[in-house]
Amino acid sequence: MKKQIATIGIEMHCEFKSNSKVFSCAKNAYSEIPNCNIAPLDMAFPGTLPVLNKKCVEDALKISLALNCKQPEYMVFDRKNYYYPDLPKGYQITQMYNPIGINGKIDIEVDDQIIPVYIHDVHLEEDAASLDHFSFTTNIDYNRCGVPLFELVTEPCFHSSKEVSAFLEHIIRIYRYCNVSDADTKKGQIRCDVNVSIADYDALELGTKVETKNVNSIGGVIGTIDYEIKRQTKLKEEGRYNEVIQETRRWDEETKTTKRMRNKIDAIDYKYFVEPNIPKFKITESYLESIKKSIPRLHLERKFNYINNYSLNNYDAEILVKDKEISDYFEECLKLGVDAKSAANWIITQIMGYLNKTNASINDLYLTPKRLKDLINELAKGTISSKQAKEIFIKVIEEKKEVNDFVSKESAQISNKEELTQIIDDILANNPSQIEEYKNGRTNIFDYFVGQVMKQTRGKANPVLTKEILTQRLNNKF
Amino acid sequence: MTEKSIIELHELLKKGEITSEDLVKESLQKSHEINDKYHAFVTICDNVTPPITTDSLVSGIPFSVKDNYSTKDVLSTGSSNTLKNYVPFYTATVVQKLFDAGAIMVNKTALDEFGMGGTGTTCHTGPVLNPWDPKRMCAGSSAGSACAVASGVVPFALGSDTGDSIRKPAAYCGIVGYKPTYGMLSRYGLFPFASSLDHCGVLTRSVLDAAIVTDIMKGIDEHDMTSWDSSHIHLQEALTGNIKGKKLFYIKEICDINNYPKATETLKKHLKNFFKTLELLKANGAIVEEVSVDTKLLNAIASVYVVISCAEATSNMSNLTGIIFGPRSDKNNVFDMMKEHRTLGFSPLIKRRFVIGSYVLQKENQERYFNNAARVRRLIVNKMKELFKEYDALILPVSSGPAKKFNEDNDILDDNTSVLEEHLQIGNFGGFPSITIPNGFINDLPVGINITGNCFDDENILNIAYTLESLMPYKGQIAKERKS
Repeated sequence: MKKQIATIGIEMHCEFKSNSKVFSCAKNAYSEIPNCNIAPLDMAFPGTLPVLNKKCVEDALKISLALNCKQPEYMVFDRKNYYYPDLPKGYQITQMYNPIGINGKIDIEVDDQIIPVYIHDVHLEEDAASLDHFSFTTNIDYNRCGVPLFELVTEPCFHSSKEVSAFLEHIIRIYRYCNVSDADTKKGQIRCDVNVSIADYDALELGTKVETKNVNSIGGVIGTIDYEIKRQTKLKEEGRYNEVIQETRRWDEETKTTKRMRNKIDAIDYKYFVEPNIPKFKITESYLESIKKSIPRLHLERKFNYINNYSLNNYDAEILVKDKEISDYFEECLKLGVDAKSAANWIITQIMGYLNKTNASINDLYLTPKRLKDLINELAKGTISSKQAKEIFIKVIEEKKEVNDFVSKESAQISNKEELTQIIDDILANNPSQIEEYKNGRTNIFDYFVGQVMKQTRGKANPVLTKEILTQRLNNKF
Repeated sequence: MTEKSIIELHELLKKGEITSEDLVKESLQKSHEINDKYHAFVTICDNVTPPITTDSLVSGIPFSVKDNYSTKDVLSTGSSNTLKNYVPFYTATVVQKLFDAGAIMVNKTALDEFGMGGTGTTCHTGPVLNPWDPKRMCAGSSAGSACAVASGVVPFALGSDTGDSIRKPAAYCGIVGYKPTYGMLSRYGLFPFASSLDHCGVLTRSVLDAAIVTDIMKGIDEHDMTSWDSSHIHLQEALTGNIKGKKLFYIKEICDINNYPKATETLKKHLKNFFKTLELLKANGAIVEEVSVDTKLLNAIASVYVVISCAEATSNMSNLTGIIFGPRSDKNNVFDMMKEHRTLGFSPLIKRRFVIGSYVLQKENQERYFNNAARVRRLIVNKMKELFKEYDALILPVSSGPAKKFNEDNDILDDNTSVLEEHLQIGNFGGFPSITIPNGFINDLPVGINITGNCFDDENILNIAYTLESLMPYKGQIAKERKS
């Protein structure tokens, strides 16, 4: 029996997309060339002042709304004061006292179960410079300094790394759906602080909270949680729980362990106070309403819609909602009246396969939902075979032509019953021994005849009709 | 020539009776003389390039800029060793606007280090001496700017005002000092001291010149979110000389001599002179009334100022580490580098203020000190706004008399300093437009009077000051060392 329960809270930082930085006019873009995207403010030259980026505020409000948070009456920023070489101003502009969202709640799916996640707050702030450490020197690259950073702080509401990773995937998907960030962990756009504590199952209070800072991949977050639970549980079971102290640790990717950085006594007093250079401004209802309208339906809602109203299975629905563009494409097909299952099949197998192979975006695909509809229609009418359909699929995309251009009379499927009966009768007449075998019970010889028909017609025979005639003819001959 | 007013110089330039080159030459020559005598400047721009000529009133006219304004390619030190070698690559908005109008910056003036002082004695280039009496201070922090204007080096100089840094030196030097409503002038490029209290402003020898220069500098700036659109405000046009029916008030608890049982002869003269000036206003149709304000509120002004300004300053000056700009330490790790830069760079007075600022912001102290200071600030501002509903302006004497001797006041923030010395900070708490003009002499030393009004009411305030100025003989006066 498990005696301990782990409790986990997450602080998730994500870099947001924008043309310019959150408080300066410098470009917000990653660059291999250090210090090419900087404005005087980013290096804190005396006399420079922050100017708030409206787009960043709107994006932050978008997510605040999407996570069902309560928005503050006024937009206010605070200063977080500390000295570090990656922070030229000596303070970070953030939101301590009036964050852009509080008390949010969302549902996430973990192993087909829906669990609630409680959001303590979300806030908008600025990123610091990046430091490149070498043996004897450290280089400072200010490109990242001032990049809009969105921080989401959950309540301690998770109990396993599985829940946390599902949550992170879920949030990343929301950011992408809302088009506020690429949320790409490979580009370091996501960084998490992970708080883990353990306590007896029946304990009324949480155990000692241990924070692991700056974990920059989902794998790292999972590793941190699993390691911390193991480490803290072991200490507890050995009667050494007093060795679990409130401290800050870091995740070591090499050893897959966490290492102590500093303890509570060294904790920094950030001396937060209101940023005087950004006047507070009112967030009006109408402003919120207009932002709300720009939030698309999110993936979980779409997925349940596909399963419940379009009879897709969980697996297919999950694949379709992974990217908003794919899901939008699918929904466009539904709007055009394409059968949901056919559309899903085509998208999942052919289209996504093609996109993977060519690294293209579905938005640029020449085979629009309308053209996919044409293709599926021709197939349903029986004018083309599924093999031909796949060929036409490629041709439409590569030659940028219409489906109809490839459904010629010559290539059309043979669906004429008399014509097909004649072909089948000729084949049967030339294969008396096989008929004999069939009669003797080798019924799988049936497929041989189908193969012969296809060979004769170079695949153009309507397979359904072929089977129908064959069955009829073979049975008549008995 | 540089002792004339902007309008006079403009007319002479237009008529071709003088050239801008002559003006600049004269101004530079005087800069050197005055610097030798009074140490007013950090930099004298001997190689200033010929300006563009425009139709603006200030075109071709030399001016001074306080050294806490960022000026491209010209050393900008904030009078601090932490920036003693700093040459910016951008120009402050208000300075740029004057450049664009054709005005010529001839020098950068000394100040109390980063504006954090009221004596003009903590400049890294040494104390600035008062041109009326070199044994006395100019007050600060815009000491060099006040000295330059009073000495006739230039007709106008830029200053900055966080507590009284324009308006007190103006009084001590017998000139006009004006800080407009918060946000009328962009602070972009002004080295910050306490952002919520910092104002740009101007020192001149007449209210008209202050209006002319501010009209040029004002306006919304995309680089400063606290700036606002003032295109509907025309200060120069507002100077009508008519104040009939204007209502002013003074605060009994500050002005009544009976509040000062141990009053010196100087203070008695100063307050008497103040009431004499009020009579001039009344004689010209203005109504002046006495208003009582809770002394608890008034006595809190100094502490509120110390707490808020020190707190903001300690944060604002965290960028001074010597890593990116300023003299870089050669210690071998970054934290030691920062420590050495700041230890060697800042004067003891500033360090003392940083300690106070850090202390009041600490988690365990913030509610008791910083948050309470913010609340009291709000109470004081609300009280003033309430009074401004009934009155056009508050009128008060500046300081307790004329310029102090250097050994009289060591500028360590003193709890016992009377409200008389600190009340100008009300103008910074509320972002109110506030102007000091000279209103007489005590023992051959100039004294000043201050008029402060409600936010955005700059036109009204300047007109009152303009009218009062015209009723007294001190407009355009140039400092001459008194014989003592």
